[in-house]
Amino acid sequence: MSLVLENVSCGYTRRRVLTGVSLTVEEGEFVCLLGPNGSGKTALLKTLAGILPPLGGSIQIDGREWSTLPVRERAARLAYVPQAHAPLFAFRVLDVVAMGRTARWPLWSGPTAADWRAAETALAAVQMEAFAERRYTELSGGERQMVLVARALAQEARFLVLDEPASSLDFGNQVRVLQMLRQLVREGFGVLMATHHPEHALRCATRVAVVREGRLSPAGAPGETLTAVRLEVIYRVPFVVANLTDHAGRLFPLCAPHID
Amino acid sequence: MNEATTTASRSTSVGGAGFAPAIRPAAETAGVNPAPPTTPPPAIAAPWLLYSALAAAIVGSVAISLRYGAHPLSWSDLGQLWFDVTGATVPRATVSSLVYDIRLPRILAALAIGAGLSVAGASYQGLFRNSLVSPDILGASSGAAFGAALGIMLAWSVLGIQGLAFGSGLGAVALTYGLSRGVGGGTFTLKLVLTGMVVGSLGMAGVAVIKTLADPYSKLPLITYWLLGSLSSVTALDVKLLLPPLVVGVVVLLALRWPLNVMALGEDEARALGVPTGTVRLLTLLSATLVTAVAVAVAGVIGWVGLMVPHLVRFMIGPNHRDLLPAALLLGAIFLLWADNLARWIFVVELPLGVVTCACGIPIFLVLLRRAARSWND
Repeated sequence: MSLVLENVSCGYTRRRVLTGVSLTVEEGEFVCLLGPNGSGKTALLKTLAGILPPLGGSIQIDGREWSTLPVRERAARLAYVPQAHAPLFAFRVLDVVAMGRTARWPLWSGPTAADWRAAETALAAVQMEAFAERRYTELSGGERQMVLVARALAQEARFLVLDEPASSLDFGNQVRVLQMLRQLVREGFGVLMATHHPEHALRCATRVAVVREGRLSPAGAPGETLTAVRLEVIYRVPFVVANLTDHAGRLFPLCAPHID
Repeated sequence: MNEATTTASRSTSVGGAGFAPAIRPAAETAGVNPAPPTTPPPAIAAPWLLYSALAAAIVGSVAISLRYGAHPLSWSDLGQLWFDVTGATVPRATVSSLVYDIRLPRILAALAIGAGLSVAGASYQGLFRNSLVSPDILGASSGAAFGAALGIMLAWSVLGIQGLAFGSGLGAVALTYGLSRGVGGGTFTLKLVLTGMVVGSLGMAGVAVIKTLADPYSKLPLITYWLLGSLSSVTALDVKLLLPPLVVGVVVLLALRWPLNVMALGEDEARALGVPTGTVRLLTLLSATLVTAVAVAVAGVIGWVGLMVPHLVRFMIGPNHRDLLPAALLLGAIFLLWADNLARWIFVVELPLGVVTCACGIPIFLVLLRRAARSWND
């Protein structure tokens, strides 16, 4: 299975943000989207999530045309993790996770015992099982983000699309989310993640694509795509890219901006 | 230009202790998110307990409501209708007429309308993600009020007035829906609420015009009394006309209560989770409008039930619509039955029902505002 974008245009009804986007995400791939604020990463992800209508081009998943798939079948193939938010009503955390399984039932039905078990499993996968009975509105931003990741896991779609999942997480939780995504990729999931952290892309991605000035650069290997020169072009600040070696002799690419 | 590669020896010391723990498998870091402090569970944890208690309360309330009224009956008087009891002092035929022609239709109407308005209100609050929304937010009540006032002024029959009220209530919501499609900017639900306000004001302006034009001695008091809501003239026929649309609306709303949970997170997210948001929204709007319009057509404008009861239930068992809607149905039925009983019993002259629901609803609502605000604000 693969997620194929060909010459896709996306954006809002009055403002086209990205044009000519071509990208393929295979199962077992971890593709990171980098780009400055307002470059259109979120618009692209929302188009894939079915929230924004595509303004042109073709999106195919599993060989099926995206725009003709009912929302229910889209949700069975692709899960979207939005940035953490605060809803009005104080739903139980486990209820929020179980909402990830909504596409599995007819409209008038609700979660079964198996669905509650799946929701608990998903919550345990992000180590949040202790929070199951808490109210979602009482969680911190980072905890909410973990719950939303769990909800996407409960959805059991083969592709995960994440919009800056690390942006509201503390350092430890950032790493935990990335580890979990890496593990999912090893298990055969396809992941497309927008991020503001080039080091996350360097560390985790199998390929990196850069969104800039209304275009998406062809995705390439992180080490080749994220050179100091490229990063400087993207973010307009000077960068250092370095490789660390840990005690076991493994290489870890790192990057950091110069701050004078 | 700025590229640099640290040497292996140096990076070992840099990476060493600080780095290795971070790449442990996830399982080893279990328990990093510590068990949270226990939160107070909802006041009533098991919804089935609440359902049973409320159902029992309805049975008891109905018995008491049947017994007391302008002509109080003893339990024996009442019991002789269904059981072989002795000691009845009122003739069976009198009791039968009192119960089946007067009290029972009124009790059934109070139960049904209270249940319907509460379920419609709870659904709207979820759909519009706004806990201050009531079922007449899209103009159903003021549209129906306009129709009823017009019918009264034209001296139509009671059925004619009710039909016109029902039709114009539906029409007002259709107008709201149509107008909101033509307005640009904002989300669809926001546009609906705003155009609903416009149509509601338009309806009330129409009522004001009719009140000005109506005969101040015969028609104006009728219109005024109708606008305050009352069940005093409900007949068995009214109940037969009221129940089918109300039951259909409530059943559809009850069926949609899980997708409504998802919609309450936001329509964008609901779409991404596989909910056909347009269908759910339209069905919810249609059903809630059906319930509200038929309730207003039979009983007049009864405020506060659809706003206050969902709040009370949310405070008791939490915001999950799976439990919220059935509990709101039962509690709304009880609330309006007792409001109607008070309207019947307090004074020799009947109070308008809308005044009683307001007088009972406001104190409860204020208490909830104090105690439950944290469950629905950010």
